[in-house]
Amino acid sequence: MRFLMFVVDDPDLAGTADASAVPWVEDATVKRVRLEGDRLRPVSDATTLWPKDGGGTFVSDGPFAETKEQICGYDLLECADLDEAVEVAAKHPMAKLGAIELRPVWQ
Amino acid sequence: MAVKDAVDEAFRTEWGRVVATLIRVTGDWDLAEECASEAFASALATWPRDGVPRRPGAWLTTVARNRALDRVRSAAAESNRLRGLAPIVSEEQECAQPDDAVPDDAVPDDRLRLMFTCCHPALPLEAQVALTLRTLAGLTTPEIARAFLVPEATMAQRLVRAKRKIRNAGIPYRVPPAELLPERVAGVLGVLYLLFNKGYSRGELSTEAVRLARVLVALMPEEPEAGGLLALMLFHESRRATRVDAAGDLVTLADQDRTRWDRAMIDEAVAVLDTAFDHARPGPYQLQAAIAGCHATAVDAKSTDWQRIADLYALVARVSPSPVVELNRAVAVAEVDGPAAGLELVEALRDSLAGYHLLHATRADLLRRLNRLPEANAAYEEALALAPTEAERRFLTRRVDGLWD
Repeated sequence: MRFLMFVVDDPDLAGTADASAVPWVEDATVKRVRLEGDRLRPVSDATTLWPKDGGGTFVSDGPFAETKEQICGYDLLECADLDEAVEVAAKHPMAKLGAIELRPVWQ
Repeated sequence: MAVKDAVDEAFRTEWGRVVATLIRVTGDWDLAEECASEAFASALATWPRDGVPRRPGAWLTTVARNRALDRVRSAAAESNRLRGLAPIVSEEQECAQPDDAVPDDAVPDDRLRLMFTCCHPALPLEAQVALTLRTLAGLTTPEIARAFLVPEATMAQRLVRAKRKIRNAGIPYRVPPAELLPERVAGVLGVLYLLFNKGYSRGELSTEAVRLARVLVALMPEEPEAGGLLALMLFHESRRATRVDAAGDLVTLADQDRTRWDRAMIDEAVAVLDTAFDHARPGPYQLQAAIAGCHATAVDAKSTDWQRIADLYALVARVSPSPVVELNRAVAVAEVDGPAAGLELVEALRDSLAGYHLLHATRADLLRRLNRLPEANAAYEEALALAPTEAERRFLTRRVDGLWD
């Protein structure tokens, strides 16, 4: 089954250790657990669409939720089950420097 | 009546096993529970006529499995009919007769998978607890709702959501591999201990927790902390009859009637704990059990080995440090080195345990023994304001009233 892995960074922990995800990406890709993924531009570059009273939408700058932690990347995983996805995700440096959310893809 | 007893007994001992096997076979938790229920209903209907089978568990599993096969097959036939296909029922799918059942020991016990899946860390703790009680212990949804003081609809919803998450989040139905095992065993033990403590004042849930801990010990003989937890539960359980008096008031360990402690339970706990310690991998549950054992095996309050208890708490503090452990150590130290030594340790905890009534009650007791009565009085008042139960408030009030005698 597929999991979309959101990589979340925590500014309080940033820079406290080596956060390079390159070895993780290479390893997970070679093992064919990671199908694709990338880093995301910072939330200052984000744009959000909201429903407008009376119909239609309006556009605002910034992310949809104002939290300290922000999604800074994503990876699409193909795993047998949640435990395997957890095992793979736990090796990502951001698992110790921020957070990682695993969401099963609706299939 | 004897047959009804046999069905009741089979329900207590076999429900979890039947459900666990059915989940493995069908992959469908609701279907598994329904078919297990039907198998027990069928036992109630046929055992009075045909007699109790030699292996009730195997009989029940076979009947439940056949029900499930019937349902899966008729669902398949229905969808084939809709698609205009012929029914596909192969010979080997034919239902086995209950009497053909293989011997119990040849059937893999699926309850361990079920325990680990129910207690998976991706499920909220309250769902882990509810699911364990429903699928492994066989409590009904209304029974679980009553035990946790929530409306029945809330509990039903909690169970539905938990099962949905297991299915949708990809939570596997298996015993975790070796590298995940220590962490996951801790999760299962935590749920069982929570159940036990939840039932501490009332009993039914404690009985279920002890039953499940016994199953876990039998299924994981190489896991000493499972034995530690079972021993800990049994030591506490052995004192159930003496913890409150006829008026519902708390009786302290020192004042409990030791002749009414359940000797058989204590002996079992001692044996279970010895076996666990043979693995030479002590953990928090084994150490806590050893402490409970010091109390349970002391002939009277005076002969309690407080030095050993203080040493054991120091070991607990090393493997799982917490202010509450430190508070307990302070109580033991006060018995060995006097109330002043205990008080010194307690004072250091006043910030971290400010909202915990037992910090204040312990402090009050030590101050009383040091004859610092006005301070003791103030500390008892703080404990009273925080005490969570009526029985504890009555106990503390008696202490305050006796302070100036």
